[in-house]
Amino acid sequence: MPLLILLAAPLLAAVVLAFVGDRKYAPEINIAGSAATFIAGTALALEVYSGGPMLAGNKFFFVDAFNVYLAVLTSFVSMTTAIFSRRYMRREREHGRVGHWGMRFYHAMFQLFIFAMLLCLLTNNVGVLWIAMELATLSTVLLVSLYRTPTAIEAAWKYFILCGVGIAQALFGTVLLYFAAEKVLGEGGEALLWTNLIQMSDKLEPTILSLAFVFLMVGYGTKVGLVPLHNWLPDAHSEGPTPVSAVLSGLLLNVALYALVRCKAIVDGSTHTHYAGNIMMGFGMISILVAAFSMLRQKDIKRMFSYSSTEHMGIATFAFGLGGPIATYGALLHMLVHSLTKSSIFFTVGHASQMHRTQEMEKIKGLIKGSPLVGWGLMFGAMAIIGMPPFGVFTSEFLILTATIKDAPFMTPFLLLGLAVAFAAILRKIQPMISGEVPPYQMPLKAAHVPVLLHLALVLALGLYMPSFLNQWFHKAVEILK
Amino acid sequence: MNTQTTAQIIGFLAAMVLLTAFGMLVQRRIYGLIHLFAWQGLFLSISTAIVGYMTGRHHLYISSVLTLTLKVILLPYILNVLIHKLKIRKEIDTVVNVPLTMLIGIALVILSYHLTAPVRELSTFVTRSVLAIALATVMIGLLMMITRRHAVTQIIGFLAMENGLFFAATSATYGMPLVVELGVAIDVLIAAFIFGIFFFHINTTFDSLDVEYMARLKEED
Repeated sequence: MPLLILLAAPLLAAVVLAFVGDRKYAPEINIAGSAATFIAGTALALEVYSGGPMLAGNKFFFVDAFNVYLAVLTSFVSMTTAIFSRRYMRREREHGRVGHWGMRFYHAMFQLFIFAMLLCLLTNNVGVLWIAMELATLSTVLLVSLYRTPTAIEAAWKYFILCGVGIAQALFGTVLLYFAAEKVLGEGGEALLWTNLIQMSDKLEPTILSLAFVFLMVGYGTKVGLVPLHNWLPDAHSEGPTPVSAVLSGLLLNVALYALVRCKAIVDGSTHTHYAGNIMMGFGMISILVAAFSMLRQKDIKRMFSYSSTEHMGIATFAFGLGGPIATYGALLHMLVHSLTKSSIFFTVGHASQMHRTQEMEKIKGLIKGSPLVGWGLMFGAMAIIGMPPFGVFTSEFLILTATIKDAPFMTPFLLLGLAVAFAAILRKIQPMISGEVPPYQMPLKAAHVPVLLHLALVLALGLYMPSFLNQWFHKAVEILK
Repeated sequence: MNTQTTAQIIGFLAAMVLLTAFGMLVQRRIYGLIHLFAWQGLFLSISTAIVGYMTGRHHLYISSVLTLTLKVILLPYILNVLIHKLKIRKEIDTVVNVPLTMLIGIALVILSYHLTAPVRELSTFVTRSVLAIALATVMIGLLMMITRRHAVTQIIGFLAMENGLFFAATSATYGMPLVVELGVAIDVLIAAFIFGIFFFHINTTFDSLDVEYMARLKEED
């Protein structure tokens, strides 16, 4: 029952918001819809926590420890983003960057996007997983071009074409997977169910699955934003409205990585080698290094943090590829803390660029004096994302580093180099922005407090103390992905 | 009709799909491209129906009709209307010259056969060799998207890629589950709406559908 509400709430909200349009109470409906989704997500998590993994809807849905925590995270961040976007989008509307139709479109598509991601997480069918992923892309394409500036349209076109091409490769991989599964599991829908595939994985033909994984890696890897398939990511993040950047970075990348990891589990079961893991480690490490060095030369604040997203997804991909209980645990935790931290950073960055009417870092100054919440929020967010203790990102990166030293020592220097360069890049750019006097062109604004503080408090709490239920959850998920 | 004959018919249709893919690679006029795309869809639809008949999997008939309406009638019609409304230039330039593109295309076909060789050896389907052609069609669509610098041709390349995928899903594997095929069809339809909107946006913003003009987002030094 919570499962049904979890999927129905965003879909219903999307329809309602399409009709409500630009009326005054539309943002409140948006928040209410996301809150209902979050409550349903929590209820589902409690159900799975007490009753174990469950199949529902004629085996169409499958919920276990791995996807339920991501579903709760998705619904939570979508709720806080909805709260943030109320003030943010109202200001954008007042400044005339979005019109009447733009607002209607924005709200409806935001909810549809959340629905697509939740469907992606909860479905048991590998084919439907692909369809939901494509739907998530399509629902955000026109959100990226919402401002209709030449650069926004260019970014959206790039996003549409590159992700379309990428995701097509993933479909070919899925077809190959079906090709192999059909012989073992028989024709029809049964052969694409993840629960069946994982059970029978050692009977699947390893040569076909190895080939399938290459296509799945390229396909879903494009959506994760891994180098060299990442070109769409900085453009889409920097040109779209900030709430969209927050959910793209905090949620969509996670969901794509989730899809990849689910597929990897099947391939591993068939090949019994570290083949898929090695590919993921390679892509992950290249992403960490290229993204870290790219961050050094960015001028646009949102572009810099989108490269940071590529870097962190690289870390998680690398850790999943490395395998083993510690690295997998670290990767799961990393997905959680990165998502919370990065979306809170985008919230503060959005306000900062509204205050200065630019995204150029050189022109943003005196944030702490101008608006303490935005200034301190950005500073603590940046501290968290570069992996300073006591924030949660430190814990996850420390776990991953420990596992790397143990299992792949030759990779350690590269990982450390990437982390150090990212550390330097962000710290160097953030410091002048938050300190100093308030420039004359800075305009005061009413910032959204709750989302920023809530996210940062959670990241801090996760760094200091690991709640036992979350710990158990991650252990269960590690067991699933073994 | 015995399996041997049907396999031959499907082999013939696969060859036609590949031929239209190459045709699109060299075609310079936009209307010609759309016609070729429609023909490719038609071959795809017939092949799907024949596989459905041969294997007795009747849900493939639905896929076949879906392909016919979507890719042979609806999408070419939408594209025609858009081109007419936006008054697009009929000739299009390529970045890489045509003979070179053809050679790359041939190399891609060989690569596809090489990549799918282990799969073909293991398969028991009579249509297994279609998989290589499907992959080649996907790759040629990709090549088209890279070499053409025009929004409409990029979209046709994208749709040709989708055709290749659909060919793999229906003919090479005797059809994916219906829910997947329907979902893919809906996604293609939504994508069609989105690129329609995009054509208008790009045209009004850049006064052209040439994507060469879209080069503002770059890494600065």
